[in-house]
Order: sequence, then C-alpha cells, then structure tokens
Amino acid sequence: MTAFGISAFGAYVPRLRLDRAIIADAHRWAMPGLRSAAKGSRAFANWDEDAITMAVEAARDALADRDLSKVAALRLASTSLPFADLQNAAIVARAIDAPHQIASSDVAGSQRAGTSALLQALKGTQAELVIGSDHPSAKPASVQELTFGAGAAAILVSADDVVARLIGSATRTNAFVDHFRASGASADYQWEERWIRDEGYARIVPEAAQAALADAGLGIGDIQHFIMPSYLKGAAEAVAKRLGFTGSIASGLEDGIGYSGAAHPLLMLAAVLERAGPDERILLLGFGQGVDALVLQATDAIVAARPARGIAGSLADGVPTDSYLRLLSFQGGIDMEWGMRAEKSSKTSLSEQYRSAGQMEAFVAGECGNCGTVQFPQLQYCVRCNAPAERLAPVPLRDVPAQVQTETADWLSYHPAPPLRVGFVTFDNGARVLMEFVDVGEGGIDTGTPLRMVFRIKEQDRQRGYNRYFWKATPLRAA
Amino acid sequence: MATGIKDKVAILGMGCSRFGERWDVGSPDLMREAFEEALADSGIERETIEAAWFGCWGDGVNVGNSAIPAAMALRLEGIPVSRVENMCATGTEALRGAAYAVASGAVDIALAIGSEKLKDTGFGGLPPPFKGTFNDLWMPMGSAPAGFAQLAPYYRAKYGTSKEDLKRAISHVSWKSHINGQHSPKAHFRKPVSMETIMNAPMISDPLGLFDCSGVSDGAACAIVTTPEIARALGKTDLVTIKALQLSASSGRETQTNDWDGSYVANTRIAAAKAYREAGISDPKGQISLSEVHDCFSITEMVTMEDLGFSDEGRAVFDILDGRYDRDGAIPCQIDGGLKCFGHPIGASGLRMAYEVYNQLLGRAGERQLSGPSIGLTHNLGGVPYQGVAAISILGRMD
Repeated sequence: MTAFGISAFGAYVPRLRLDRAIIADAHRWAMPGLRSAAKGSRAFANWDEDAITMAVEAARDALADRDLSKVAALRLASTSLPFADLQNAAIVARAIDAPHQIASSDVAGSQRAGTSALLQALKGTQAELVIGSDHPSAKPASVQELTFGAGAAAILVSADDVVARLIGSATRTNAFVDHFRASGASADYQWEERWIRDEGYARIVPEAAQAALADAGLGIGDIQHFIMPSYLKGAAEAVAKRLGFTGSIASGLEDGIGYSGAAHPLLMLAAVLERAGPDERILLLGFGQGVDALVLQATDAIVAARPARGIAGSLADGVPTDSYLRLLSFQGGIDMEWGMRAEKSSKTSLSEQYRSAGQMEAFVAGECGNCGTVQFPQLQYCVRCNAPAERLAPVPLRDVPAQVQTETADWLSYHPAPPLRVGFVTFDNGARVLMEFVDVGEGGIDTGTPLRMVFRIKEQDRQRGYNRYFWKATPLRAA
Repeated sequence: MATGIKDKVAILGMGCSRFGERWDVGSPDLMREAFEEALADSGIERETIEAAWFGCWGDGVNVGNSAIPAAMALRLEGIPVSRVENMCATGTEALRGAAYAVASGAVDIALAIGSEKLKDTGFGGLPPPFKGTFNDLWMPMGSAPAGFAQLAPYYRAKYGTSKEDLKRAISHVSWKSHINGQHSPKAHFRKPVSMETIMNAPMISDPLGLFDCSGVSDGAACAIVTTPEIARALGKTDLVTIKALQLSASSGRETQTNDWDGSYVANTRIAAAKAYREAGISDPKGQISLSEVHDCFSITEMVTMEDLGFSDEGRAVFDILDGRYDRDGAIPCQIDGGLKCFGHPIGASGLRMAYEVYNQLLGRAGERQLSGPSIGLTHNLGGVPYQGVAAISILGRMD
C-alpha cells in the first residue's frame, strides 16, 4: 500500500430532468409496454452540454481552489466525445486553466473507459485528474432511452490528502459483444438482455472481482460497498449474489440521473465516497469487453473530503422539465423548423479563437493596474482610465460570486432552447458582463438572483460540425 | 477651438421615397425615387454634385458592399462616393459626411442618400447581424426588442414607476404616432390604432408588445446640401440650415462597468449636450419646436424625451400621458408617424427624419403642418441602449 490514492472527487449532472413517464407517454401509441419501465426521472444534457462541458463542471467540483501545477495528466473517459479528431481533453484542460505542461488524453471506445483510466492513474506515480463524462444516446422508444442519463465525475489521484487508496485490482479483456455502436452511429445495437446478464456479467465479472480481492488479500466479506454499474436492471444483484456479497449494493443512481455510460462507475464511486466512513472498503467494477475490478479503502481523511456539490448536490439541483420533444430535439432526434434566423452562419474563426484563448477559455477578465477596474473582455485599453492592455492583470471570473443585474427572455432570436435569456451579470469584484442565462427553472430569475458560471457550448456550427465553447450563467440554486 | 458647423451648411433639396413593403422595387429604384425628388427640389442638375455619401446597413440583403451600387443607380459619374454604415444611425451618418464636406470647403454641393431594402430577406424581421470574429467568441446576441426592453425594469426601479403607468405611457407613444401617420402619404402604416388594441397586443419582449415595435420597411431618403451663400445664389430665399450634427458611440463603459444604471441612453445624452452647444440652444424645452426621434421601440422614445431634456428625469411617463408630445402638444414628436408608422428602412431613417423637419420648417408638410416651427431636432440611434451610436441633428430656419 502506497501513500498514493484518490485525493479529491466531484460530480456534475445536467440540471434538466424529465420524468420517464413523460417519455413513455409520448411513445404509448406504439410501445405501450414502456410504461412499466418508466419510473422516476432521468437527467439529460441541455443543447449546450456535452461530454466536454460536463467534464469541466465535474472537475471544478472536485478541484475547488486546488493548485493544479502539480497535476501531470488529465484523462477524459467517454463514449460520447463531441470530436473524433480534436482532443476533447485539451479543451477541458484549458477551461479549468490547467498548466500547459499537463499531459492530456481522451480515453474512449468502451463503457469500461472510466474505470480503465482511473486504474491506470492509481497504478501510476504522478498526480492525475481522471474524468468520466458521458451522455449515451438511444433511439426513441427504446428501453435505453428511459434507462440512459447523463453526468460526469472527476477524481484527482495524487499523494496528497489521500481519502481512498487502491489496495488491489484485476483486469480481464474479453470481446464479449453485449452491444456495440459503430463510429458515427447515434445509438447502440444490443443483444438479448438475459444472455448479457447470464453469460456476460454473471460469468465474466466474478472471476475478475475475486482476482482483485485476492490481490488485496481480502475476501468478499471484507467489502462494505459493492459498485457495479449496468444498464441492465438486476445485473448488479446477480453478480453480487454470485460473489456471495451480502453487504450494501451501491445505488445505480437510476432516479434523477440514469445510466451514464463510461462515466457511470465513477459517478457511483463518487456517490459512495460521499458517505463512506474511514477504513471502509469498496469493490468497484467496470464492465465492457472485459472487466476492471478495483478494491479501494477509505482513509480517515474521507470524512472531510466531501465536494461542494457532488452527487448529493447534483440530485438536489435538478430543474424539472415537461416535454419529451425538448429532449428529442436536444439529442438531434427531430429536425425542427427554427425559421430563417437560424440560417445565420455559425462559423468560428479558429485563428481568432486561438489568439483570444487567454481570456476566453477560462473566462479571464483583466484588472487594471492603474485604476483597479475589473473588466471583461480585455480590450486594447482600460474601459475606465484608458491604460494600455499591458496594465491589465488576469482575474478569472468563473468562480467569482455574481448576480443578475437585468434579464430578458427573447423569443425572437434563434436559440435551440427558446427563449434566449440574456442580460447583464455583475460580479462581486465589480465586473459587468453581458451573458446568456441557462437552466432557468419555472421560478425564473430576477435582479439580484445569485449566479454561478458554467462552461457551455456557445454556438453549434451544424454546417461544419464545430462547437464553440464559452461560459454562461446559471442560477446558484435550482428554482 | 472648434466652432462647429452651425449655419455653414444649407439644405438645397430633399427627397424621400414612399416607405413600406415595396415588393415592386429594389434599393436602386428606391434611391432613384428619393433622388429625383431632391434634384427637383434643389433645382440643380446631377452633374453639379461633387461628392456623395451613401448609407446602407445590411449588405447581405441590400445592394452589397461599397458605394458603387449608389454610384451606378444614380449615375454619379467620376465623383467621390463613400458608403457609410453605423447601424440604425446610418442615415444621419451619411448626412454628416456630406455636411462636413461642404462645411470644410472641400466641395460646394454634396449628396447624402440612405436606402434600405429590408423586405428581400424572406421573413418578417431583420437579419441577425454579424458581431465580428472576436465578439462571436463570447457575446450573446439578443434581438433588438430584447435589448431595448431592458430599459423598462431599470427605469421603473429608479423612479418607482408602476408597471401599469409605464405600459400606458409607451402605448400612448405608439397611439400618437399612428394618429400622426395617417396624414403622411408616404408612410408605411396610415391607420389609427386604439389604445386598447396597443395595450393588449401580443408580447414580443416584455413589456414591449407588437405595437411597441417599429415597422420593418423598404425606403430611401436623401438630401442635397451646399453653403447658404451658394443656396442663395441659386435662388433659394427660404433657407433651412444645419445648426448642429453630433454623434456619440459607445466605448464600452455601459457594458463593462457599473457606471450606467440602465434607465437611459448615455450616448443620446452626450450627443444632445454637444448638439445643443453647437447650435447655441440653452433651453431645449423652450427653443425646439418639434422632434423626430428614434422610436424603434416605444420605450426608446419615452426615455429619449428625458435624454434630450424635453422631460425632467422620471417625468417622461407623465408628460407623454399629458399629451406633451402629441401633435397639439408643447413639443410634437414624430409628426410624420416616426419609425413606428412612417417605417424604418435602416439606412434611410435618419434622412427621413430630416426630410420631415425640413418640410415642416418650410411650411410644406400639408395636413401635418405645425404652426410656425423654427427649430427641429432629429435623433437617430443605432445598436442597443448599452452599446450603440446616437446621432443628433438640429435643423432650423436661417434668419
């Protein structure tokens, strides 16, 4: 056992929720049987959320105000990365203002990507940030459409303030094809559930779990928390039974989140770490073309390590929605008539984007060294005293407390989630910025509503397939 | 110290096309319509024009970039023609170019023409403008009504104005313009509309309903300017001169600092103060006979009454409801119907405002004619209240 381990963890779940009954009702004409599987609510990504934006928010929750200078690597695990050739992890690294020396990489291609990335980091020797972020999509009227959700969890692995250590592990590779999704396809193709459960989970997982326990010198009776994510109902229980596990089977986070692909093992781990006590042991399993099995043990530091939001905070943070067509539209499942205003080109000038990265990526304002005015964007001269831009010192705005100064709901402009809510935000350091407001619930917002900043897709260039990212404001508390 | 251009430039002639949904013509024909009227009014030949400024906003739906389309439409052979664009203040910007050319002595006779063909977009609104590659990265772009609607909460909070009083006042603004517009033969909308209809119209951006928004129109307007001396030499006895032409553009103070409280348009106040100084006006309430202001939205006209000093701060709501700016009020506003009813072909609007003031000052406004006006003001506003361009002209009779 080394001093190395999990130092911090955090999570992000899209605020938007939809009751599964609403989805099932929309399909009742064709698939009345879906109603029986339609319990609770699921999370779904807003039009401007993807694996990158969710990863940024989870990382911010895990890291809080930690110094990132010693973090050597960032691994982003997902099966729904927006870019096939443009490293998604690099965009995440820049948004959280990680040092340029960081080694970033995308880990993809399997539901096991999250646990594999975490295991590699825990077996390494350097501080790494591992993020699982996923929003698997499913065909309308499929069971998966009800089961799937969206979310991200971030785990910092380092030698400092360790809250849980890896005490044993095992990996098995097996080309068991329970489902697959071809590159570029929007939904999975899945084999029969009973076969997956009985020949897949029940046969492949226990052997790896036992090997990991043996590696740790433990038996199943030494485990307090059993984490086995699956999109199949009852799969975790079947494996636990096969292993002879009689303790607490970790919640699959079905209600309020839903199965979130490669992120799901890390989301479930984050939820367990939020309530685990010192010395408690966790068996974490990740299934997909084989198995990753990790045995973790919490330290005394676990008690003080709860993230600001985490899973509990995310569950309490939901904004209920009421229309299945909204979810369908956000996932590209319906081609809406948005009017001619939507025809405007959304082309991003990549050279301009790179030139302005210093202030755009991590939302960095400038504080005038002459008059003290904090301003965004940073232009050529200070807005108040005309001091040259060289006198502006960088001041990140993304974590500065802020509130609504004015807000208007614009139904005229093209926006994928109408109305476009726009107005002035005032930050506690005096900066004033015209911003877009997102995830505003039924309660609305008004002058003085406290806000937090979130990293989002600013604009989607559907013609060229490019997302441009920037920061938006959302109410601090769900309304 | 600069002395300004007061009385250095006289209007030799003006023209204005019929505004509205001009499915029958494109921008070059609209220009021709306005130009021929101005030429006839001025009594000169086109060859006498030594320089021209062409204002148009939307190159994507109009005639394209540069001044060449105007030079070709009007056959302006071999003279400098410049295209200017300053959002909705474009028309006044064109006039400013021509007036400054004459005032400087660079040319004797200059043309300002603004034209916009908005009804060739295929839908009932303005095409969303391009923000620039840098602003695209961060700036959310709301529609124009969304930008101007934000004046309401700030104004109400500052002066304790009730939602109902504000809504009645801005409805009165549109109601008055519809009454005025029926007497403008070239106006887009020429029917009175009841207060009840205005107040209950569908909401566009709270508190602005359908009738709080100006029309989207096609049209062109133009002016031919010269020096008073040349005007007299050409036989003009009744002269209207430019008393002031001022413009103010946002530097970012409203959007980037907390200096601006959101209840007024800072640029209008700056441009007005400079224009009054240039024109030698010390008491706008008493000295100005009429105004044509930028009522892109009714609430803009309301706050403009304070920004121009016609109403005391916090009093515009009540002055409007008292009829102070109606055709029989103390300072009639939008006697031709304004943007609301005459229409708002963007590049033409500033010149259309000047056209009405010019005709009123010469006593040629027909059914709309006011009794003995001596000084008129135009106010032309581009952009949004927090980031825009305000252009003001003051025109008057030359004694």
